Amino acid sequence: MALDRLGSSLYDALKKVFRAPVIDEETVKELARDIQRTLLQADMNVKLVLEISKRIEDRALKEKVPPGVSRREHVIKVVYEELTRFLGEKPVPLKVEPGKRKIIMLVGIQGSGKTTGAAKLARYFQKRGLKTALVCTDTYRPGAYAQLQQLANRIKIPIYGDPKAKKSAVIASDGLRKFDDYEVVIIDTAGRHKEEKSLIQEMKMLEKAIRPDEVILVIDGTIGQQAAIQAQAFHDATPIGSIFVAKLDGSARGGGALSAVAAIGAPIKFIGTGEKINDIEPFVPSRFVGRLLGMGDLESLIEKVREAEVHLPEKKMRAFLSGRFTLTDMYDQFESMKSLGPLRHILKLVPGLSYNIPDGMMEMAEDRLKKWKVMIESMTPEERDNPKIFTSSRVKRVARGSGTNEKEVKELLKQYSMMKKMMKTLRRKRLPFFGKKFPIPQG
Amino acid sequence: MFEKLRKGFSNLVSKVITTELKTEKLRPVLGDFKLSLIENDVAVSVADHICEEMEQRLDGVQVKRLEDRGKIVRANLDEILLNVLTTNEKIDLLKRVEEKRKSNEPYVILFVGINGTGKTTSIAKVANFLMRNGYSVVLACSDTYRAGSIEQLEEHARRLGVRMIKHNYGADPAAVAYDAISHAKAQGINAVLIDTAGRIQTNRNLMNELQKIKRVIGPDVTVLTVDALTGNDAVMQAEEFHKTIGIDGTILTKVDADVKGGSALSVTYVTKKPIVFIGTGQRYQDLQEFDPEQFTKMILK
Repeated sequence: MALDRLGSSLYDALKKVFRAPVIDEETVKELARDIQRTLLQADMNVKLVLEISKRIEDRALKEKVPPGVSRREHVIKVVYEELTRFLGEKPVPLKVEPGKRKIIMLVGIQGSGKTTGAAKLARYFQKRGLKTALVCTDTYRPGAYAQLQQLANRIKIPIYGDPKAKKSAVIASDGLRKFDDYEVVIIDTAGRHKEEKSLIQEMKMLEKAIRPDEVILVIDGTIGQQAAIQAQAFHDATPIGSIFVAKLDGSARGGGALSAVAAIGAPIKFIGTGEKINDIEPFVPSRFVGRLLGMGDLESLIEKVREAEVHLPEKKMRAFLSGRFTLTDMYDQFESMKSLGPLRHILKLVPGLSYNIPDGMMEMAEDRLKKWKVMIESMTPEERDNPKIFTSSRVKRVARGSGTNEKEVKELLKQYSMMKKMMKTLRRKRLPFFGKKFPIPQG
Repeated sequence: MFEKLRKGFSNLVSKVITTELKTEKLRPVLGDFKLSLIENDVAVSVADHICEEMEQRLDGVQVKRLEDRGKIVRANLDEILLNVLTTNEKIDLLKRVEEKRKSNEPYVILFVGINGTGKTTSIAKVANFLMRNGYSVVLACSDTYRAGSIEQLEEHARRLGVRMIKHNYGADPAAVAYDAISHAKAQGINAVLIDTAGRIQTNRNLMNELQKIKRVIGPDVTVLTVDALTGNDAVMQAEEFHKTIGIDGTILTKVDADVKGGSALSVTYVTKKPIVFIGTGQRYQDLQEFDPEQFTKMILK
């Protein structure tokens, strides 16, 4: 069945703009149509999509292009601005004042990812040196307390809850009393949807009892057109301060969550990008749009590198990009990637690479990386710094030493030179739309 | 709950009545129609298909009287939707369990799906359904990954008064399922319901793991749970799970959340497999059989 793959179509649409010999009305209209389709596939609210595509078309055709800016750049800028317009221009951080307690309450539909999200948030604040605790008030779903408890134990965060108690408000109040001297207390609640009136009422009572500093709505990244209405119902019951979008690691694009933002006006502050407890990122509107457009985001890569405190100083990264890149560097990079988390997360951030990576390739690449490291370890320092000296007898020796075969060693060397080349092109690329395929091993 | 979808269709009917049935003239109308399908959570690609089919069917159709046109359009809509929602195979769960029972074998159901769609809750509901119809059930907790999964299924088992087979967290899910089936065989239990860890369909390793579970236990039926609130991703989930694991049917969950119904179309369009049940609430009895005709009628009323 030839259902088209979601994801790359907006990227393709923009690519068309860059390839078109002239930007005329036809090109702009086509772009608007493609964007419309892409956003609809991303689950964005239909009315919102029509509004956005209309504005893009109007602005791209009517607005005067400022001097020094090409028509193409202008069109891209318009698209970018229109998409960030209702997402907000700047990221809105979740502020916590050290020494003062911040109570965060998580609400959302069943199965949207509240409990996982609660643990991820706790971990996020804990990593930033804040005294953090968790409270489970979900007395409804079987195993809810056990789930949060197990997650909390894994990251050594104190948790309060009582699976036998009935009243969520009582548990929450007890929990808050217990965690009086904490800086962040995250309160997980039972899942509910807008039709479950009594549960919505219970949520209201809970909110009244604990008066949280911020209510975060957890939205499933895969949710469709219902997102806005559901979000509105939550917002009406307990004013939503911000949104956490979960499950953005699959093929879903999170357009539903964006519609919710437009509906209730609360900003997205975090996104969940995987099953692991560290798979949480602060939401940056421009980055999100960048990703959606397939433009990637080098800024966020650098930030990740910093956060992981790896031996990959910016200076070195710049050296890579300029082409000064040896096998030792490659090895260091493999090492640091390990602490950055799964490769697929990192590569998504590199400009021009997004959406060029086929599914499953990443896991394979990770296995391959391990082998490559062993091979590099079997080389002499001289070979690592100057791979040009490799002869067939050197290849043979490395293969023997690393328990691989010559073909694999040759492949590594080939990958190395491709990577070196790619680093150079990355630097040169002014606009990253023509991203070459990252040299992920085939087969 | 399907009012919006219904309204969309009604709009189309009235618009087409006043239009000549020629492709060029149908297109704008069908464009509106497509948007209204998408508004009701039919995936974009599936809405495309339905509209193409409408175009082919209606092009050149000769209509003389006003009444007839409405009827023709209505009949075509009815047929296309019913076509998508009606699948060649049917799953009569009770009949199938009974057949296995006659040969003294347990009927094995494997539940799969992405995280948070309601696999565990659905298992409890299906267990309740089978027990009410006089069959004995054992649950297998093959979700050895997610925190709290064992406690969750255990609590359901306790409430339902059935046994649950478990290992520890991190254990081989296939081994748990295998043990449950052996237990059922030894004790003469009629049905084994296997809960698996939720997984995002793009995660190759976890999909491979699921493939292995299926290979080892050879279930009688593999059921995909899909959240009825899902938008376009429903197609991706259905496609990917069907391609790698092979599914026999779907359970559409959270249908009580004022859903728009389009996900049912998306999933059946991709898999051509029946929707076995719909989940309509938090209680064990909130499980209904899915009836495509009733659903189509509901949409086009």
